[in-house]
This record gives sequence, C-alpha cells and structure tokens, in this order.
Amino acid sequence: MHDDLTLARRGLRPSATFDPATIADIQRAATTGIYDIRGGGAKRALPHFDDLLFLGASMSRYPLEGYRERCGTEVTLGARHATYPLELAIPVTIAGMSFGALSGRAKEALGRGASEAGTSTTTGDGGMTPEERGQSKHLVYQYLPSRYGMNPDDLRKADAIEIVLGQGAKPGGGGMLLGQKISERVAGMRTLPQGIDQRSASRHPDWTGPDDLTIKIAELREITGWEKPIYVKVGASRPYYDVKLAVHAGADVVVVDGMQGGTAATQDVFIENVGIPTLAAIPQAVQALQELGVHRKADGVQLIVSGGIRTGADVAKALALGADAVAIGTAALVALGDNDPRWDAEYQAIGSAAGYYDDYQDGRDPAGISTQDDELAQRFDPVEGGRRLANYLRVLTMEAQTIARACGKVHVTHLEPEDLVALTVEAAAMARVPVAGTDWIPGRPGPSF
Amino acid sequence: MDALSATTVELDLAAVPLRTVNALLQGREVAGHDALPVDTPVTLTNPRGAHAVAVGMDTPRQVTVAGHVGYYAAGMNQRADVVIEGNAGVGVAENMMSGSVLVKGNASQSAGATAHGGLLVVEGDAAARCGISMKGVDIVVGGSIGHMSAFMAQAGRLVVRGDAGEALGDSIYEARIYVRGTVASLGADCVAKEMRPEHLEELATLLKAAGFEDDDPASYTRYGSARTLYHFHVDNAAAY
Repeated sequence: MHDDLTLARRGLRPSATFDPATIADIQRAATTGIYDIRGGGAKRALPHFDDLLFLGASMSRYPLEGYRERCGTEVTLGARHATYPLELAIPVTIAGMSFGALSGRAKEALGRGASEAGTSTTTGDGGMTPEERGQSKHLVYQYLPSRYGMNPDDLRKADAIEIVLGQGAKPGGGGMLLGQKISERVAGMRTLPQGIDQRSASRHPDWTGPDDLTIKIAELREITGWEKPIYVKVGASRPYYDVKLAVHAGADVVVVDGMQGGTAATQDVFIENVGIPTLAAIPQAVQALQELGVHRKADGVQLIVSGGIRTGADVAKALALGADAVAIGTAALVALGDNDPRWDAEYQAIGSAAGYYDDYQDGRDPAGISTQDDELAQRFDPVEGGRRLANYLRVLTMEAQTIARACGKVHVTHLEPEDLVALTVEAAAMARVPVAGTDWIPGRPGPSF
Repeated sequence: MDALSATTVELDLAAVPLRTVNALLQGREVAGHDALPVDTPVTLTNPRGAHAVAVGMDTPRQVTVAGHVGYYAAGMNQRADVVIEGNAGVGVAENMMSGSVLVKGNASQSAGATAHGGLLVVEGDAAARCGISMKGVDIVVGGSIGHMSAFMAQAGRLVVRGDAGEALGDSIYEARIYVRGTVASLGADCVAKEMRPEHLEELATLLKAAGFEDDDPASYTRYGSARTLYHFHVDNAAAY
C-alpha cells in the first residue's frame, strides 16, 4: 500500500484512535452489515507471562544439577472424589477442541501426540469420535450447553468429564460453527441439518446457577459410578468467585481459561473485549482454592490454567503462580502444522498468510487441520502430526524442568510465587509478585527483608 | 431388599443409599447386595424428592418410583421403562436415549432436556423449557407447558394437550411441536404449519402411545421451524 516513511515525509500521520486497521474494520462493517467472525484468541497486547522473570538460585538458593538430578513432572488430577483419578506424566494437557472445528484426522493426531507424551486430550463441543478415543490414553469428555452428541455410553468411555461453563475467548458466549464445516458427519453427530450456521446456547439447558451445578455433578457421578474426575471449566472473568463456587459444587478440578485462549469461531469484538488475561486470572483462582483449604493437597482440587501458553517458561510461570497443570490449544494446533510456512502461497490465496491464519470458521485451512473438506483433510498426516505434538510437549516439559532445576526444585510444581518477579507494574499487580529489583507488590504493604 | 412378589423387588430409599440403588439398577456389583436380574421389575419407595433417582440405566427394566423425585430422575435413561408416581423435579429424563419415562404428576423445568430418544410422558403440567434442545425424543404433556419450551429443539416431537407458554420453539431446528390449546407466543423462527395427513397420523400414534388415544389429532396445531435463521444474514440480526 503505502510506505510509512514516504507518508511521513508528506506530512501524513496515522491516528492512534482511527488507525488503518480500525478504519478497515469500519469499512468492512459498513459493507457487510455483519460482525467479523474469526477464530483464535485475543490479539491485543496484554500483560502476560513474558512480563515475569524467574529468580534462579545462587547463594541464597541451591540449584539442582541440570541433566543429572531428577525434577519430577507427573501430576495427579481428580483424586478428591474419583475412584480413578488421572495420572499424567507431564503437567501440560490438550484443551478441548471439537471434531467439527477440527478434522477427524487432526483430532486423532491430538490423541496420538498427547498419549505419546503421557498426557490427556479433550473432546470439545461436538461429541467423541472413535478415532480420538482410540488414540487417546487419557481422554477428557466435555459436557457443554449444546450437549451435541452427548450420550451416556461415551460418557462412560471417558477418563474424566469436563463441565464447560465458558471459555476464555468468549466468557458468556455459546458455540459457533459455520455451515461450511457442518458436513454430513458433523451434522449427524450434532443432530443438526447439514450446512447450517450452527449457533449454540451459552447456558446449560437443565441447570441454573451453582446450587443446581452441585446436583448436576452428583448426577454425572451417579451415572458413571463415581469413577471419573469431574472438571469445571470457566472463562476467566471473575475467577475468584467462579472457582469458589465450582469447588462448592463439587468439582475435582477447575479449569480457568484466560482471554488469550483460542476458539474455533466467534465475533472478533467478543474475543478482544470480554474476559481477563490469563496472568490476572491465576492468582485469583489460587486464592480461592487456598481459602477453601483445597490448594495443592492430595485430596484437594487441582487448577488447570489455559490461554496463551506457548513455551516451557509459560508452563513454569503458571505452575509457580499456583496452577497444577496447564492446557494448550492454539499452540497444539501450531505444533500439528497449522500456519506452516509451506502453505503460505495457499494462505495468501485465501486472503491470509502463514502465521496469520485465523479464519477457522471458513473451513478452508490449507494445512487440513481446521476443516471438514476431505481433500484438504487428507493433506494432514495424523501420525506425523501426533509425533510433532509429542515433540512439542516434550520440549515444553524439558524447558519447564530446566527452569525448575535452576530454582532448586525437585518437581516442577514446587515452583512458587517467591521464585518470580515482574517487569512491569501491571504484571506485578496481576501476578501478585514484586517488581524486579524491589520488594514492592502493588496494592500490598511492602514486606521487609 | 424385600420381595413384594415373585416378580417384583422393592428398594427402600429411606434405608438403602441412593448410590447403592443406582448402582444396582445399572447392573453394577455392590458388596452386600444381590444383583438385580434384568427382567425383575423394581419399585423404589420413599424417594422423598431425592435427586438423580434411577439415572444411567441401560437395561430393559421396569422401574416404579413410589413418590415424588427431585432433579434429573431417570437421567440419560437407556431402554428402561420408568414410572414416577408423583411429581418430578428439574430435568426429568434429561438426555434420555431410549426407553420410556412416565410422570403421573407434574414436571418442573427442562423436562426431557437434550434427550435423543425414547418417550417421556407427563400426565400433568410441565414447567418452563420443556424439551429444551431435544434431539429426537418424543414428549407428550397431558396438561400445559411453560415458557421457552422446545428452545433450540433439534429433532423429535413435543405434544401438548393443554396450552403453551411464551416463546414456544424459539430458535427451533427440525423438531415438530403439536399443541391443542393456546400458545402465548412463538419464539424466533417458530411458525404454525399445515397439518398434513402424515402429521395427523404421527400425532395419533404419539397420543396413543401416551395413553391419550381419545384425542382428535385434528384439534391440534403443528409448529416448526421457518428455517430463516439457519444461515447468518444481516436482515435477521434482531433475531440472533
């Protein structure tokens, strides 16, 4: 379009309020009369894990020998009430992503990769596929407002049940899957007419409020013989209260999904303006668990955090702030091959570019992952995709171990807020750790050494 | 556990924990209790409004509940035939797959919610959101139903011998609704439709199955989806 320097020399300066992207949004809205729908999570810059640093051991702390001394990564989820809690080898799980939003082969790959790494994967809003169940050592079955494909046989086949109240990308919103992806198989699984634009409810159909949720959880336990952990997933908005209510309702595990968490499709305005950052959500959730006496106890309630987890450093920081495990969605798709540069020409041809593609709702993903188009889906090799995901999960784990050892921890979950400092006042306030080089946590009286 | 007769077993919920009762009905082994033969009818006494009574069954068993039940009675039922001799709380027969549930009294909210199959009969009234997100179940209500019933109903048939509350069938997909009385208002995309011969025949079959064969199917009105919200369009923005 225009070279910024040339424009500046002509005395032209963009408005910070009405910047080119905003002007383009207004023009698009005026042309189409419908809001912009896309996938992914919040793109705006937010306080995040990058704004935190670890304090490695030196004189006052004793490090572990890297590569020699053991630093554990295993995690047990759901021992509070379930006969068979999940025993995972690593504290990184795969978040719920539906068959429908993703191809059957992509769901299979998630199962393969998660199983190879010793962790769990999660169904999503659309039911359980045989491919996914068959390839998943640990499969969490999501129980959503839509109840698409919900049946007691699959419920009993699951290793855990996740009651979804919301997701970080759109707390308070229901599911969406546009007609391009409602293939014959997807429609059949969801009991919907083929090719329609599916919009689903944001509230569960048979319970209202936390007291009802208590009864619903008890029913699910009765149906499944009290064998399986019950998770409750909330989009991060008021995590302190939501986590407390979820624990009171009987959740074994609470999942808190920050606003950087992705989605298959929803309104851009929703993604960018509703919810709170993952970093801000964790301390509130942890405080709720601590006040109830169920944080980091064998028979307590575990916390899984998701929303923008990318690296082992992110994993380590989430654990240090008090999470028991994390979940990854967008990053898992990238590991499978989403937004791979080898498809750049095709991404360009559909108006995007490798590294920018988020029009998951269109179902034209050149990588064959977020599509129901058979021809595109065939491009994706679930065995290779699973291997790539397993590699990525191993790297996340080794990176987290590297940091934990440097901080003198024999297990990654032994990381703690005391190991962290913040680079910005905002991050310090949200994460409730001191600004680097100070003992100042915004909002708290400064401790003395 | 007392034998009422050679063919009926009684389980007293005042004496036997609910968890044990449900496990036995589901065919699970419970220490200290004999397994229930599949063909043995069971009567549950003293339910006293308990929640999750007789949930998760997957046997062709006859179960009678002698009294009122709380939330989610016969939830996710498969193949069993359940009679509730009283009123039912929220979500009776929720997500039922097959079999039948008969409520002799009234039902609270969300009766038959998300159910995929089977037959739910409520001889009295059903409250709000009856048949919400139904996915193939047949529901017959002897009395009237509350507001927002058949919200987002995807498949199946809802028959109402009395009146329907506000916003009936809001955002309905392919379910069919038959109402004999008045409808307070229709929800978005729900419209009255012609009663063709196949609908009269279908309705007569449903009424007979529910024990209301004396009703005249022609006295009912059929409602279903206008299918105008199946695809996003700016002209329908106010309905989304």
